[in-house]
Order: sequence, then C-alpha cells, then structure tokens
Amino acid sequence: MKELRLMKGNEALAEAAIRAGADAYFGYPITPQSEVIEYLMMENPADRTGMQVLQAESEVAAINMVYGAAGCGKRAMTSSSSPGISLKMEGISYLAGAELPCLVVNVVRAGPGLGTIQPSQSDYFQAVKGGGHGDYKMIVLAPATVQESVDYVKLGFDLAFKYRTPVMILSDGIIGQMMEKVELFEQQPRLTEAPDWATVGKKPGRDSVIVTSLQLQSEEQEKVNLRLQAKYREIEKNEIMYETHQCDDAEYLMVAFGSCARISRKAMEMAREKGIKVGLFRPQTLYPYPYEALNKLADKVKGVLCVEMNAGQMVEDVRLAVNGKTRVEHFGRFGGMIPSPEEILNALEQKIIGG
Amino acid sequence: MSENNIISPENLVYSKTEVMTDRVLHYCPGCGHGTAHRMLAEAIDELGIQGDTIGVAPVGCSVLAYYYFNVDMQEAAHGRAPAVATGIKRVFPEKYVFTYQGDGDLAAIGTAETIHACNRGENILIVFINNGIYGMTGGQMAPTTLPGMKSSTSPRGRDVKTMGNPLKITELIAQLPGTYFVTRQSVHTPGNVRKTKRALKKAMEYQKLNKGTCFVEIVANCPSGWKMTPVQSNKWMEEHMFPFYPLGDIKVPE
Amino acid sequence: MARKGDVVIDIEKCKGCEVCLAACPEEVLALSNEVNSKGYHYTVKVNANCIGCANCAVVCPDAVITVYREKK
Repeated sequence: MKELRLMKGNEALAEAAIRAGADAYFGYPITPQSEVIEYLMMENPADRTGMQVLQAESEVAAINMVYGAAGCGKRAMTSSSSPGISLKMEGISYLAGAELPCLVVNVVRAGPGLGTIQPSQSDYFQAVKGGGHGDYKMIVLAPATVQESVDYVKLGFDLAFKYRTPVMILSDGIIGQMMEKVELFEQQPRLTEAPDWATVGKKPGRDSVIVTSLQLQSEEQEKVNLRLQAKYREIEKNEIMYETHQCDDAEYLMVAFGSCARISRKAMEMAREKGIKVGLFRPQTLYPYPYEALNKLADKVKGVLCVEMNAGQMVEDVRLAVNGKTRVEHFGRFGGMIPSPEEILNALEQKIIGG
Repeated sequence: MSENNIISPENLVYSKTEVMTDRVLHYCPGCGHGTAHRMLAEAIDELGIQGDTIGVAPVGCSVLAYYYFNVDMQEAAHGRAPAVATGIKRVFPEKYVFTYQGDGDLAAIGTAETIHACNRGENILIVFINNGIYGMTGGQMAPTTLPGMKSSTSPRGRDVKTMGNPLKITELIAQLPGTYFVTRQSVHTPGNVRKTKRALKKAMEYQKLNKGTCFVEIVANCPSGWKMTPVQSNKWMEEHMFPFYPLGDIKVPE
Repeated sequence: MARKGDVVIDIEKCKGCEVCLAACPEEVLALSNEVNSKGYHYTVKVNANCIGCANCAVVCPDAVITVYREKK
C-alpha cells in the first residue's frame, strides 16, 4: 500500500530499499549517510521481507559482499559517502566488468581527502567519468528531493537488472539529512527466480556459471569492452531523464542537479520577479547525460550558468552539450558551503547578463 | 592375467573426479595447486554437493581456478574472496560456499577480509594455499616467506628487521571465536594428500552445522618460484616450511 | 602375492614433474625419452609390478593417471 510519511532522506531511502524488494544491504558507517544502515538495522527487514543487512568491516568489504550477492542474481546494494565511495571504486569497476547489477548510494560530502562532513557535489567526476579503473560507465541518478531518493531506489534496481550494470544514486548531505514529505511505494516482492548468469549451484546439463571480469586474451577482452560499449549506447538512447522549468520563454538558462537545482529554482523565481527571463534545466540522470536536450535549449538563450557545489565539474558536460552555441559560465561554492539563492542570482547577473 | 584384463571398468580404482573439468591446468609442473584443487573437488564429489556448491577464486596463481572446478564460481578482486563469499552465503545460506586463496591474497592484501569473515563466523570454507611466495607475479616475497628465504624482492633473503616477519595467519585465525575447524595440511605425499581430502571433506560437512568458519591451510611447494625441481621443492618444503608451519589440526570441534 | 594393478597415463597432459615417480612403492614409473606435444618428457610404465595402490594418481597435480586393480 502507498503511504505518506515525513521522513529524513537517508531513512526514506533505506525504507525504499526494503520496499523495492532488495535482498541484501552491506554497508559501513560514515557521516552523512549512517542513517541508512541504522534504519535498516532497527527495522530488521529479515523479519519483514527476508532482506539481509550486514555491517561490514570496511567499505571495501561491503562492495565485495555486494559483488558476491549480485553474482547470485540478487538485488544487492550499499551506501556510503565520498571517502568511502573512493574505497568502493575498485569493487564498482569489478562489478561493471563482470556485468553485475547493483545499487550504490553516495551521500556526497566535501573533499578532497577527509574533507568535511558538510554537503557537496564534488564527486560528479568520480561518478560519471569512471572513478574506478577501465572503460566502464555507471548509470548515475541525481535526486533533488527525498521523494526522488525513494523513487530512484526502485528505478535504480530496475535499471541495474535491465542492463546488468552498477547504478549509483548521487545524493548529497542536504538530501540525505533533510526531512520532507514522501510517498512510499508499495512493497515489491523479492526476486524469486535467478537469472541464467547467476551462480546458484551448477545444474546437471548446463555448464558451470562463472562470474568474472578477467580475460587473459586481448581479443576476448576487446569483445567484452565492445559489448559494454554497445550496452552504454543503449543506455544513452533509452534512459536519459531531465526536467525543465520555465524554459519556453527563457533568455538565460541555469543548469543544476540535485540539491543545487532546488536552490537555483528559488534564484530563478527571484530573477523572474526582477523581470529577468531565466529558465532552469535539471539533469536527473548524470550518466547518461542529456546532451541533446541541452544543446537544443542553447539555441534560444544568450547565456548559460552552471550552478554546482563544486569547483566546476558538470560545467564541462554543459560546455560539451552547448558546443559553443552560447557562453557558459560556472558558479560554485564548495568545501561544504551551500550557495544561497541571492548568490546565484548575483552570479547570473554578473557572469552572464552583465558579462 | 594379462594387462588388458586389468584395465576394465570394474577394476577402476582411481580416476579424475567429474567435479574437475577436463581443461589442462595452467600450473607449472609439480605445483601443489592441482592436487589441492582435485582434493577439494573429490570432497565435493563424495559429499554429492556439486549442484549446491559455489566457489570463489582469488587473484594469484589460482585466479583461473574457476576453469578447473566444475561448480558455479565467482572471481573476486585481490584479497576480497572472503567478502564475496560472505555476500554469497548471506543470500544463499543453504549453499556450500568456499574460497580458494593463496598467501598474498589471504594474508597480505586480504588480511582484513580474512580475519573479519572468520571472526563473524561466516559458515564458509576458506582453503589457504601457503607456498611462501608470490607465484603469478614471478616469485616476490609473500607475507609467509620464511626468514632468510630468497625471493625476487628479498634477493639476499628475507631480513625480518626491515621486511617484517612471516605471518602465521592460521594460528591467528584459530584464536577467533568465529572459527570452528582450523587445520594445516600438505599435498606432497600420498598420505598427506589423503589427509588433506579428509580435512576438506569434514570442513564442507561442518558447513551444514552453521557452527562457524572452517579454515584449511595447505602448505604447498612452488618449484618455479623457489627455483627447484618439483621433487627437490617437496623435500625443501619438508625441511624448511614444516618446522615453521607444522602440519596438523590447530582447532577442532569439541 | 599382492593383487595386480595397472595405470593409464594421459601423456598429453603430463608435465613430467616426477612427483608420481617418488610416490610409487614398486618403481613402476619413469620419465620417457620422448616428449609430448608440449615438449614435456612424460611418465611411462617401465615394468609390470604395479599393485594398483593409486599413490601415483593421488599425488599427480595434473590428474593424468587412471588406476585399475584386479578384483580378488
């Protein structure tokens, strides 16, 4: 049954994992996402659905437990925050290489290094441009609300299994920590049938199943790479998601994702009150990126401001999308600082309109 | 009676188990890996659990173990096999799950995963091949390389003052309340091979009891890494490895 | 007298490591002068003294030996 609740982002996401029919969660505490595992441990989903929850000895172990469970054809997930996600990158590369589905949640905090525990969007590059080694991509979903954090858990598992690939929810400390009204979807059943690529025990009459990312022969490895690339082209064709706000009459455009898009929306409203015709473009998938949609919008505007809580990461994709049609500037606060709508409006006026 | 009469199906006393595939093993001549593989495969065969067994291969010489075991298998990142096995066992508690790992994989890069899987008492079997050297990468020093033993990264012999001491991880593991059965065996003589199989079979059987981790170390030779003939390496192993890594049960169920 | 046995050796898979030679109580096995397609001298029987104890097969790292023993 659908249900309306007031929930903290991290806790809502954990509840969504149970309701999405997840089979296993493996995690390690780190601020600002520890509520995910705390909620799961308190809720004890083994009793509700049979879902297994385990606190691992490290982020490295957690992602490899996900690998093991995913290799059995199960819905497995982990969550962490930036430094912990760096540790998981090895495992994510192996999951991508072995073509295993899984869900990884990154409630981003500012870096580099230990950084701060305050929110940030500075893991954009890590999430969409690789992060781990080798030619792989990960579907990256960027929620801007607690509601989207919930909905993307279900969507994330669906996409992970549709394409046999890791999916990341790139959240941040704002979305993870804030409380909002959220509509929880109905309990989904856990998987009952194992896919044919899963290790479930060798059955008579079929070869043993091998889950691996290793090919010693270059000819074979190239085939794997070509298969992955073909899969990524399919994902790019089918799975792009974005939202536009007041773009129809816009003379200027702001591009922002996640929590920054919420703040930018307020800045947009303030600008409109001053008579500045500005629209907002919000990518919901960061990979695949909505290059084409953004490219079309660039035809109609006099300038684009990319607003991020980092030193300028997504702006590179915005420039690729705009492809020189109009000017593109970046405005960012970082190190855990959150830009105010006034700052964003000011940046729009200084860098784009007056620039 | 002529030979031809002896070679007939009713007289068969030993042949390769079907839980091993027919692929030619890539291991060097005389390497203990092949025998260790076969004993584990025979244990699985004799228990009739081929269809309920899921294995995890490591990174190291036995990285391709999944080509040889005729069971469903997953290839883990270097050192992560116990974590991968944990993930498998947690979603399939009724399956028999094993990892097969070398000394570098288990006792260097994967020490944390090894100790914590054992400390949680994951109901899995960990098979640990200890030959005191990194074979696959060409004979570098391992966490279990003996003091004074030469390798390509301890060319004048392991100096424990600067390179650290060999790690008796099996003794360490046996201290953990999560482990149920811990033993050290070898596969260099017919008697030792048969003992190893009994240990592996017991360890797999214990998995049904959900009493904790079973850990079987097999002290093995590395003729190529040690730069000896296989027969010499087995002798050297008896003379040098066994005094430091004595064979026998270390922890047995009460 | 001990029961008689015999072995069948898959010479193409044999790597000539000689571990089986050391394990045979009856000195039945020796290395061939010839090599297989991989270039290994392989194990051969040199007499008919095999008792079918299977020691050679048990220690063979490459599982190349199949053992037979006559029934009583």
